[in-house]
Amino acid sequence: MTSILAPSRRAVLRTGLAATSLVAMPAILRAQGAAVKLGIIQPVTGALANDGDLGKLGAELAVQDINAAGGLKALGGAKLEIVFADSRSNPETAAQETERLNGEGVAAIVGGFGSGLCATASQAASRYDLPYLIDVGVADQLTKRGLKNTFRFSPSFGMVTKNALERLVALNDAAGKPARTVVIVHEDGLFGSGLAKLLQTELPKLGFEILETIAHPSPARDMANVVLRIRSLQPDLVIPSNYYGEFVLLARTMLQQRVRPKGIYAILGGGASSLRFVKEFPQAAEGVMDCNHWPDPKNPLTAELRKRTEAAGRAFAYNVPMNYSAVRLMAEAIEKAGAPDRQKIIEALSTQSFGSGVMPYGQSKFDTGQNTSAMPLNTQVQGGDVKVIAPEAFAEAKANFPLKA
Amino acid sequence: MYAPQILIEAALNGLMTGAVYALIALGLTLVYGVLHIINFAHGALLTVAMFAVWGAFALVHVDPYVAMIAIVPLMFGLGYGLQRFVIGPASHGNDNNVLLVTLGLSIVLENGLLALFTSDTRALDSDAALQVIELGPLLLSTPRVIGFVAALAVTGLLWLLLNRTDTGRAIRAVAREKLGARLVGIEVDHVYAVTFGLGCACLAVAACLLMPTYYVNPRSGAAFVLVAFTIVVLGGMGSIAGALVGGLIIGVVESFSGLLLGDSLGQIGIFLIFILVLLVRPAGLFGARA
Repeated sequence: MTSILAPSRRAVLRTGLAATSLVAMPAILRAQGAAVKLGIIQPVTGALANDGDLGKLGAELAVQDINAAGGLKALGGAKLEIVFADSRSNPETAAQETERLNGEGVAAIVGGFGSGLCATASQAASRYDLPYLIDVGVADQLTKRGLKNTFRFSPSFGMVTKNALERLVALNDAAGKPARTVVIVHEDGLFGSGLAKLLQTELPKLGFEILETIAHPSPARDMANVVLRIRSLQPDLVIPSNYYGEFVLLARTMLQQRVRPKGIYAILGGGASSLRFVKEFPQAAEGVMDCNHWPDPKNPLTAELRKRTEAAGRAFAYNVPMNYSAVRLMAEAIEKAGAPDRQKIIEALSTQSFGSGVMPYGQSKFDTGQNTSAMPLNTQVQGGDVKVIAPEAFAEAKANFPLKA
Repeated sequence: MYAPQILIEAALNGLMTGAVYALIALGLTLVYGVLHIINFAHGALLTVAMFAVWGAFALVHVDPYVAMIAIVPLMFGLGYGLQRFVIGPASHGNDNNVLLVTLGLSIVLENGLLALFTSDTRALDSDAALQVIELGPLLLSTPRVIGFVAALAVTGLLWLLLNRTDTGRAIRAVAREKLGARLVGIEVDHVYAVTFGLGCACLAVAACLLMPTYYVNPRSGAAFVLVAFTIVVLGGMGSIAGALVGGLIIGVVESFSGLLLGDSLGQIGIFLIFILVLLVRPAGLFGARA
């Protein structure tokens, strides 16, 4: 027994020491000349801090795992070293911080979160031919600006809505078409209004009738009026598109006012697949569906990541697996490039295909910067947990639709 | 057009929300009426109180309404201390300085909360939040009915305090004529601090009434303060009755314009009133008497 345990304990000590020196004495690592610097940019302060914080955690876990498994093997076991930048939820700061990362000599950058933050950061990076892998900025334009350095790991807005509508029709058809009328509730910023506009043109073509499109500001003080209107319209389906605080307010007010449509179907919903919402308001969350970024539930690493996130005292959300997988993809790209050379990494990213970590993308391949294999999953809150209900290949549970009262 | 039931419900919702708005405006108008300063830290102090309510619930499992017993005196103490030891001394008797001090205070408070609690949005998971009172076909949210009644009660108490007690008389004396009050032996610095403390106590009550249905993050107070300013202008700067009536009017206007124009445009109603009051009756509804 001891002979088996002893080396592993030593190995643990070794990784522990390496981790300590990574934090306390980066100078020593640099002296070895082996570490490859990877820029991680996330908004860990400001309005988007919660998301940025989780994204950062995902990136850190990936680097931990890569280094513990022997670093970048193609580069003689070189370790990855994170250079972190806080974009402070502000596009100008995102660009400034990218300049700083360039100054620190990073080989590539992963992260961004909000579309506006990704836009300025990747633009700044393009001036230095610095490879930039976007985690979740959804705006379609991000990969349509002709920037050779910019790649997006996750699906674009257009790809998500296309999937969301196809799956909505499939869901409705399978249940015998119980839903025909729809009310859209959206926040009045770029994200919510853009989605609402798209839905207004697409839903009628698919045989749905939009009874009303209700806009609200963020932050909203009150959802009573929105819910009053939903109650008077009696729609079969409510499609919300808003941020966490407002989504929670809406779901709770609907529950209180006894508004029970046949389904709540969020698209890139602010809180619909957040485990914090599920934990804090199980009653209001039960049955809510969402078409959003989500890791492959059948990959055992997903459950492990969730445990590690909870061990770090945080509620699991897609940001963790997304950034975990994006950093692993970037590490693979650096290995395929054979050197931490910016041009060679861009070349590798544009021409080769990569593993997708725990995301359900199969082999990721980039066409003009967009990962063409990326797609969202459909989830539903069932029994106090978030379960994948579509597509079939990834489903853990059957959809509960129409909702039974 | 909407069914009468929906319209009635919208009006009641407006009144109930308006009562809590009034309570927030009350603190603002009181401080303005006595100290003659606009307290820019009002929103940040509301956020502090909301975090206190959240903390009491999440950490010690105290119901928000019960927590009022502790949080109201605490916020009074905080307000008293701030005016007595920070705002007062830092102003050197100059009102312009006070503006900057309260503005600075709001920045310090907001960022302090950000450092302590991060920018996470938090809410209470309280069963009470989902209860309703059925009034015929109407469904009235229980916490908001409680909020309405409590806000009216607190306004009444404050009126009694100002009109029937020695402290109240001293506050009114200082508001009317600072030098005269000092000459007859009223300790002006103390009265200032008490007034500021009362303003904060109003915020504490408002926070306890809001939290069962609302959420808090380091910037949530700001959402209410702009409305509170409008109410103070509508009701008349420094008038308690004005704050109450103004709050109820603004609540109903917001509710109806939200229902009829959509929630994004609903704010228009509030700011139209703001401009109209400034044009037609700059002193506000009850301003002449204050």
